[in-house]
Amino acid sequence: MGNRIVVPFGPPQHPVLPEPIHLDLVLEDERVVEAVPTIGYVHRGLEKLVEKRDFQDYVFIAERICGICSFTHSVTYCNAIEHIMGIEVPPRAQFIRTIWMEYSRMHSHLLWLGLAADAMGFENLFMNAWRLREEILDDMEATTGGRVIQGSCKVGGIRRDIGDEKLGEMVDHLKKIRPLLEESNRIFTHDQTVRHRMRGGLGTLTKEEAWDLGAVGPTARGSGCDMDVRSSGYSAYGGTRVQTGHPPPHGGLSGSLPRPLGRGARSSRPRRTCGGKDARRPCRRKGEGQSGWRVLCLLRTAPPWRVHALHKGQRQEEHRPPPVRTPTLTNIPPLVKMLAGIDLADVPVVVLTIDPCIGCAER
Amino acid sequence: MSYITKSPWIIHYDGSSCNGCDIEVLACLTPLYDLERFGIVNTGNPKHADVFIITGGINELNRPIVKNTYEQMPDPKVVVAVGICATSGGVFRDCYNILGGVDKVIPVDVYVPDARPDPSPSLTASSRPWVFSKRNGQRWQRKGGEIIND
Amino acid sequence: MIEQKHTIIEIPVSDLLKKTEEYHTKGHRLVQIGCTNLGDRYEVNYTFTKSWDFESLRLTVNDGDVIPSISGTYWGGAFIYENEIHDLFGLSVTDINVDFQGHLFETKIPAPFKNPPKVTKVPKGGDA
Repeated sequence: MGNRIVVPFGPPQHPVLPEPIHLDLVLEDERVVEAVPTIGYVHRGLEKLVEKRDFQDYVFIAERICGICSFTHSVTYCNAIEHIMGIEVPPRAQFIRTIWMEYSRMHSHLLWLGLAADAMGFENLFMNAWRLREEILDDMEATTGGRVIQGSCKVGGIRRDIGDEKLGEMVDHLKKIRPLLEESNRIFTHDQTVRHRMRGGLGTLTKEEAWDLGAVGPTARGSGCDMDVRSSGYSAYGGTRVQTGHPPPHGGLSGSLPRPLGRGARSSRPRRTCGGKDARRPCRRKGEGQSGWRVLCLLRTAPPWRVHALHKGQRQEEHRPPPVRTPTLTNIPPLVKMLAGIDLADVPVVVLTIDPCIGCAER
Repeated sequence: MSYITKSPWIIHYDGSSCNGCDIEVLACLTPLYDLERFGIVNTGNPKHADVFIITGGINELNRPIVKNTYEQMPDPKVVVAVGICATSGGVFRDCYNILGGVDKVIPVDVYVPDARPDPSPSLTASSRPWVFSKRNGQRWQRKGGEIIND
Repeated sequence: MIEQKHTIIEIPVSDLLKKTEEYHTKGHRLVQIGCTNLGDRYEVNYTFTKSWDFESLRLTVNDGDVIPSISGTYWGGAFIYENEIHDLFGLSVTDINVDFQGHLFETKIPAPFKNPPKVTKVPKGGDA
């Protein structure tokens, strides 16, 4: 047995991570015995802004919790307010929100797949994933005006409509992208380089561990837990064919990589039904306000994450900071578990498999 | 782009941003915008870097890290503050934990003020140091006229 | 759409560990622990779920009260939230399995969520 030493990983500027997180790795020779995460480098304290901003303005602050899954954050916040105030959102707005959420999901997945490829040193695959991501962002920009921060959701509906002609174009575009996504997925599942890098079940989490440690989203699905919050049918997911459940085992890869896999192409499916769904123009309806304290816990899926927002009160004076619970925060304990027992050289790859979004986690 | 005579490398640091700017900085380097065609490479090591691209309004914990990274970079060096948060704190300026801009910690040469910088202006900003370099006859000039290096 | 029912059970601090243990035995997973400042007191919610429905245990505590950690039962899920409650709200949580001693979130002002919120209304579209 060698001596135990502590190696700081990402102090916090680190080449492999675009965002700052610090891990203290306790090593025994090359093997990680324990990992202690330190966060706080991106903590802005934006929940506290609830006290200063009007709830309609706060939609845009909520959107800036994270610039990757931004649209879902604004939808979640709006859902919370709508729930409290009893506002009904018109169906067309629901469907358009869902379309944008799915677009966010796709661009986020591609971003993640790219970064995961970058972590294992597969530069070409990284570039390819990000090239595909630009195709998704083009439609996003055309319909909302923003590439990563859309600013098109508001309490009671949406701020922009998508014309029927544009919806048709989007469907055609998706049909073109789909084979490209499938090709990219094939490389992730079958390429020799990737398989070799993820050999020996690197960073595997059993189903029981994932459940017990509170893993959510893809991290849990990769371990075999069947949970996908989209299947509850919120927004317009109820009216679409969403393929949920955990991804099927891919090419004998038992490691951590199946988590992000198989989802790029799956994501592109529900949109086709969304796009063709008819509904009337979005409008804002006045709901009946309810007084008194209301607490609600909403489960929403941001591209790869789910957001737990807890809200209180309706009047500005009663507006309290919503503790935003994003999946990265919840997935940190499973990550700590996964890191124990692997080699130092594998740490970057395993860290990237939970799709760490520190901006989300620290708010 | 004939004014580009050198191939500077960039280092990127997320100083408490919302990620929006970070991914757009990275998007500059990927095939559509492809900053790498000018020989601009993202490096993880401050000692190899010429341009420090920083996003976000900087929080208390980040202050020493930003300073440290900046000091480790060899002269001549250029700091690019990407996004409105890096410029002034942006929507987060009222947050208790935000210092409000990169220039509170280190001197900034180029600002790219936008809530969601499109890669195109970021790209221009990243290539701006070369404009500087050409205009000043291979001298790197900073705001306030201080010449860092010949 | 599947309705996500949310049941809230108010319990005294002394019952927390026992109740948490019960949820763990029943196979629930920990969704979140969240704290809210109500001005004169704090409300701490422990949310559990097995499928779609949530069940929350709610503690009402005052400044200076000590909350026992549930990280003995929920090894993983709990420590991040409990450290967060300590760092942001200034409540003390005892016996956390991974205790950061206030270094999880290092903030400019200690326990920023501790003071009762001062509402300064900003006019719509205006500046602070």
